[in-house]
Amino acid sequence: MTQQLDYLKETPSQTAGPYVHIGLAPGAAGFDIYRQELGWDIAGPNARGERIRVEGVVIDGMGSPIKDVMLETWQANSEGIYAHPEHTGDVEDGFRGWGRVITDFDTGEWGFDTVKPGPVKLPDGKVSAPHISLWIVARGINVGLQTRLYFEDETEANAADPVINLIEWEKRRQTLIARKTERDGKTVYRFEVKLQGPDETVFFDI
Amino acid sequence: MLKPGPFYQRDREWHPPAHTPNYKTSVSRSPQYSMISLENNVSEITGPTFGHNDIDPLDKDLIYNYAKSGESAIGERIILHGRVLDENAKPIPNTLVEIWQANAGGRYRHKKDTYLAPIDPNFGGCGRTLTDENGYYYFRTVKPGAYPWRNWVNNWRPAHIHMSIFGTAFCQRLITQCYFEGDPLIAKCPIVNTIPDPAAIELLVAKLDLNATIPLDTIAYKFDIVLRGRRSTLFENRPEGN
Repeated sequence: MTQQLDYLKETPSQTAGPYVHIGLAPGAAGFDIYRQELGWDIAGPNARGERIRVEGVVIDGMGSPIKDVMLETWQANSEGIYAHPEHTGDVEDGFRGWGRVITDFDTGEWGFDTVKPGPVKLPDGKVSAPHISLWIVARGINVGLQTRLYFEDETEANAADPVINLIEWEKRRQTLIARKTERDGKTVYRFEVKLQGPDETVFFDI
Repeated sequence: MLKPGPFYQRDREWHPPAHTPNYKTSVSRSPQYSMISLENNVSEITGPTFGHNDIDPLDKDLIYNYAKSGESAIGERIILHGRVLDENAKPIPNTLVEIWQANAGGRYRHKKDTYLAPIDPNFGGCGRTLTDENGYYYFRTVKPGAYPWRNWVNNWRPAHIHMSIFGTAFCQRLITQCYFEGDPLIAKCPIVNTIPDPAAIELLVAKLDLNATIPLDTIAYKFDIVLRGRRSTLFENRPEGN
């Protein structure tokens, strides 16, 4: 016999199911209950930097858009600072950097407004290219999927990004790059997440 | 004081795999390539924080938070309570816990739910709270009913409450489901059985807690939640070249 380690085991994940909206976005489920729902304003009114819109869709293995998916977003501000006590630096009043995004029930399209995050300095001296972390849950997804959205117009930063460079297959790196478009003078990035197939999005075990 | 370091790796053999054919919807929604393993860095060890300005005290009382004045939700009145801990058994204070569930008849208040059990006009079906300084949380609600769902022809979900928990870091983010001790449907549920290890399933079953019951009023179930723990930085290595 040996001594016992006294760690606990993590609570196992279960799917968010088709009715995730009731808990996390009740307005979308069809009723009004809370004074305010959380995650609708990612950057807040005082955020500096470029205002952008991000739009996309999550596509299943049959090639169909998933209409009951929910995404959460996590990002730094335009100066590369996260609104978190362990990250040194200040963010603008009202900047949380976190958002909840639900799809249109008919089309599966989703979108959110935010500011473009800045590059993040890492403790080892490297720099992370501007990115938004995404967490994707839905019916049929047993453990929330983690991925990252990078920006097409950050070619140099992306080429030096330590996470992108961990991906052995250069072709797969492209699945993390949001395409830049413009609409009515506003920058819109398009990001399609594919759960299966030859262009399957890179997901991270973080 | 030791500096907090990276989080313990998530045990992917403990969690359900992505591809679980008996839960049919997972088949076309499960990535097929291997995930890329990422050591924790700034984007992973940070995460959103919430405060008491974000929520209201009544949000955690599902019997009354959607009820008309003087009325209340129908069903078996229960308290669901417990602690949010990390794998080091350390309480996680001030973290957001959100729940959602069907009503006592097994019907969700959702525009996509068409089950024939009736909507309860006084029950919304969602609640949220922040853990206190000891990681403790509690909700008052009604016990949800079992309901049928389309998977095989005759599948019934065991009574369950969906739970969403944040912790302090985006890599701790977790959604799970809480089941109730003694429910014979647990062992038969294809969603429960996506989890390979029976010991892991046990962690999702809330235990009847008579000590926390309010006599002649409300029965209680205890449900602790464990999020990923993190190691301490014991030795700092100097970056190469310095």
